This record gives sequence, structure tokens and C-alpha cells, in this order.
Amino acid sequence: MANSDSAFRRWLRGEVDLSAELRTAEMPVPPEEARYHPRHHTAMIHMIFRQSHRFYVALVAVLCVVLFTVLLLAAANLPAYGDSEAPTNNEVTERYVNRGVEETGAVNAVAGLILDYRAFDTLGESFVLFTALCAVTILMSRGRRKHPLPMETDYADYYADPIVHTMCKVIIPVILVFGVYVLVNGHLSPGGGFSGGAILSSALIIYAMVWGDERAHGTIRERAIRRTAALALGFYVVSKTYSFYTGANGLHSVISPGVPGRIFSAGLILPLNVAVGLVVCCTMYSFYMFFRRGEL
Amino acid sequence: MAAMFDHLLHNYEEAAAIALLSIGFCMLLFDRNLLKKVIGLDIMDSGVFLLLADRGFIAGGKAPIMAEAAAEAGRYVNPIPAGLVLTGIVVSVSVSALMLALTVRVYQTYRTLDVDHLYMLMSHRRKGGRA
Amino acid sequence: MMTVFRVILLIGLVGCAIATAIVRKPMQAVIIYSAFSVVLAVIWITLEAPDLAVTEAAVGAGVTGILLYLTLRRLNLIDQDEAHKEKMREEADEHGKF
Repeated sequence: MANSDSAFRRWLRGEVDLSAELRTAEMPVPPEEARYHPRHHTAMIHMIFRQSHRFYVALVAVLCVVLFTVLLLAAANLPAYGDSEAPTNNEVTERYVNRGVEETGAVNAVAGLILDYRAFDTLGESFVLFTALCAVTILMSRGRRKHPLPMETDYADYYADPIVHTMCKVIIPVILVFGVYVLVNGHLSPGGGFSGGAILSSALIIYAMVWGDERAHGTIRERAIRRTAALALGFYVVSKTYSFYTGANGLHSVISPGVPGRIFSAGLILPLNVAVGLVVCCTMYSFYMFFRRGEL
Repeated sequence: MAAMFDHLLHNYEEAAAIALLSIGFCMLLFDRNLLKKVIGLDIMDSGVFLLLADRGFIAGGKAPIMAEAAAEAGRYVNPIPAGLVLTGIVVSVSVSALMLALTVRVYQTYRTLDVDHLYMLMSHRRKGGRA
Repeated sequence: MMTVFRVILLIGLVGCAIATAIVRKPMQAVIIYSAFSVVLAVIWITLEAPDLAVTEAAVGAGVTGILLYLTLRRLNLIDQDEAHKEKMREEADEHGKF
């Protein structure tokens, strides 16, 4: 009771009108120049950036030097380069090299490795490609975008150039044949699905570059690309499921390694190579088309 | 120390791989252009692949294409790192395609690829830069 | 002999990487990156990994280079001189207001 004229009690007695105080406390409308305008602070932010940038550069330089030194020390302590006794060349390698041909039927040990022993890994890798394609489709498709980036229109017209045009007529079939060769000989010679698919897609990309997007869009249908990629992935999944199922349960499998060295040998490796190659080809070509025109 | 340096000279391929990794790392951290950052990540990838493939190399070994079925170990290089790197190369290209698509979208929104500039524009937006 | 060849290739590789890092224009960086991939493809041959060489030449030098080039094309960043850069920066400032 002693502190009878505290603000609270005065307010209780009704002597103070707080709403009046609120009204006076209201901020006056600042003039146009004094309002917050982000662009006017650019100079200040630049200054802060310059100061913090110096600190950042010093820190990162130290980090890079430390990383480089540590990794070099690690490299110096690795087993000697080309040493056949190094721990990386262990019994797994020995098994793959010694019994790979007999077990997988593939003359190319790398193809046997990635499409037979470790086919599950390659399946995941194909799905990585497919997921990247989906993400690029979402990010780059130009449908119902509010402010599409204006594309540059003055592309060089390769079709009008007689040298480029004629040479491409000759060279595209050669590239396609080479790509198919690399693809279907993956188990006999260097190459396989990944490289063959990339070579095929490069032929398609040259075609789209020279003959123009519209013509390529007409020739290589969007639906065909999607169906091919999905079918190839589905075929991979189904055939490898069969192979894993029979292998794990000791059942008789209709897939046999065949005679190593023949084109129709190595069991599932040839069809799987073709499937992977088709997925890679479709993905790379779709990347090109999406980056070029925003749709397939 | 001298022995270590000697060892490093012998492992020159690994040293080059680590140099690539460091160059890519520096590009990733120092370069202000987003596109150069993507290239820097690709170079870092290549450094890792080079290191992996070096580990599988055996002096005097041939490529693991078994011409005749009776193969003796040690005559062929290790096929495992080659298989790993083969998948890695294709994954790296899909990763860079994804990053390039993101770069295009960033450019569509902010009209710049400079990271500092981008950061400034984004902080404006956060502070209610809708003037 | 083979060692000398390898060392030359590796020097070329690291040189390409450094050049990619220090050039100013993005277009130059893209071209040098493609050269880097080609050198790397030859290095795969010396490492007795022909599968990798074929893949690197097709994917690294071919498709990645094309994707980088198309991105540049899309962003109109090819052949940009100082005046053009200044214009882009102004445009960016304009855009910053939203």
C-alpha cells in the first residue's frame, strides 16, 4: 500500500489512459529517403564482405595446405606404385582373374565384375542415372514457368553449312555402328554399356545439333525415349532377380556362361550391357535436350 | 624425411591424384563462379578416380582381357578399381548435370552466378527486400 | 621410357587442372576441362584400363563438355567482355529488388 502511486495502481484507479500513450508512441512515418532500401545498403554489405572475405581466404588457404600435406604424407606411406604384393591385390582379385572366365563366361574381366559379380551395384548406378534424369526434368522443363529464361536465338545454322552437313551424314552412321559394336562386345573387348551408351548418345546429340532440335524431336520421339529407359531398367531388374534367386537357392538356371569368346556367351552380361547402354544413351540424350530446349 | 620423399617420388601417380584433388578443392572453395565450382568438383572426382585406378595397377600387368582361359594372377592388372571407377565416371556426369540444372535455375532467379553477389541478394530477400 | 611418358601426361593433367582454375572466362574453363578429360583418357590407357579410357573419352570429354557448353549458352555467358559483365551486374542489381 505504501507504493500507492505506482503506474500500475494509477492505471487501476483509471488515472492513466494507456491507449493515449500508445498513440503517442506510434512511430512517425519516415520520409522516403530514410526507409529501408536494400540497394542503399549495398556499399555497407560490400565492406563487411571484404573484411570477412580476407578472413575466409586465410582460413581456407590454411585448410587447403593442411589437406594437401596430410594427403601427400598418406600417399608417401602407401605401398609402392605397381606393387603386385600390395594389399589391394588380394584374394578377391585373384579369384576374379583366375576363375572369372569360367564363372561368368566374360573374357573382359571388368564386364564380368560389374555385370555379374557386382550386378546389384550397377543396378543402383543405373537408378542413379534415372534419378538424375528425373531431377533434371523437374528443374529444366519449361512448362508453366512464369519467367522462362529467354533462349539465345542466333545459333549457328550448321545445317546450312555444306561441310558440316555432309561430313555429319557420313560420320553419324559410323559413330552409331561403333557405339553398337562397343555395346554388344562389352564382354569380349574394352567397352560395355556405359561407354557404348555414351557413344550412341553422342551420335544422337550430333544429329540434334546439326539437323536442329525440331527435326530431332520429330525423329526421336519423347515417348520412345521414356519407354526405352523404363523398359531397360525393368528388364535389368527382372533378369537379375531371376539370376540372384536361382543362384542363392541353388536352383537350376537356364542362363549358362556359354563358350567364352563367342559373341552369344557370358549368360546375362550381353543383354544387361545392352540394357545399361540404352539407359545411359537415353539419359545423356535427354540431358542434352533438356539443357538445349527445356523439353524432350 | 628423405626416405619419405623418395617414396613420394616413386608414388608419383598418387601424388598427381592428390594434386588434382587439392586443385579441385581450392576451386570449390575459392572460385566465386558457380560454374567453375561445378568444374572443380569434376576435377576432384577425377583425382579420386586416378588414385583408385593407381592402386589397382600392377607393374608389367596387362589389361584384364583374358585372351586365353587359363589366366595366371599377377599377369593382369586388378579389375576391381576399374569397375568401381567405371561406375563412378557415369555417376559423376549425372551429378554434374544435376548441378548444372540447379545453376541454371539459380541464374533464372537471381541473374548472377557470383556467389558473393548471390549471397547479398539472398540476404536482401530475407530481410524483406521486397521494397 | 614409359615412366617418362607417364610423367609428361601427369604434368599435362595437373597443368590443365591449374589452368581451369585460373582462367577468367567460363568458356575457356570449359574447353580446358575437355582437354583435361582427353589427357585423363590417355592416362587410363597407360594404367591398362581401356574400359575407363573409352568411357572417359565419351562421357568426360564429350557429354560433360557439351552440358557445360549448353549451360553457358543458356546463360549467355559466352564471349563476355568487361562492358557486358557490367551490364549483367546492373541487371542483377535491378533484379535484386524483385
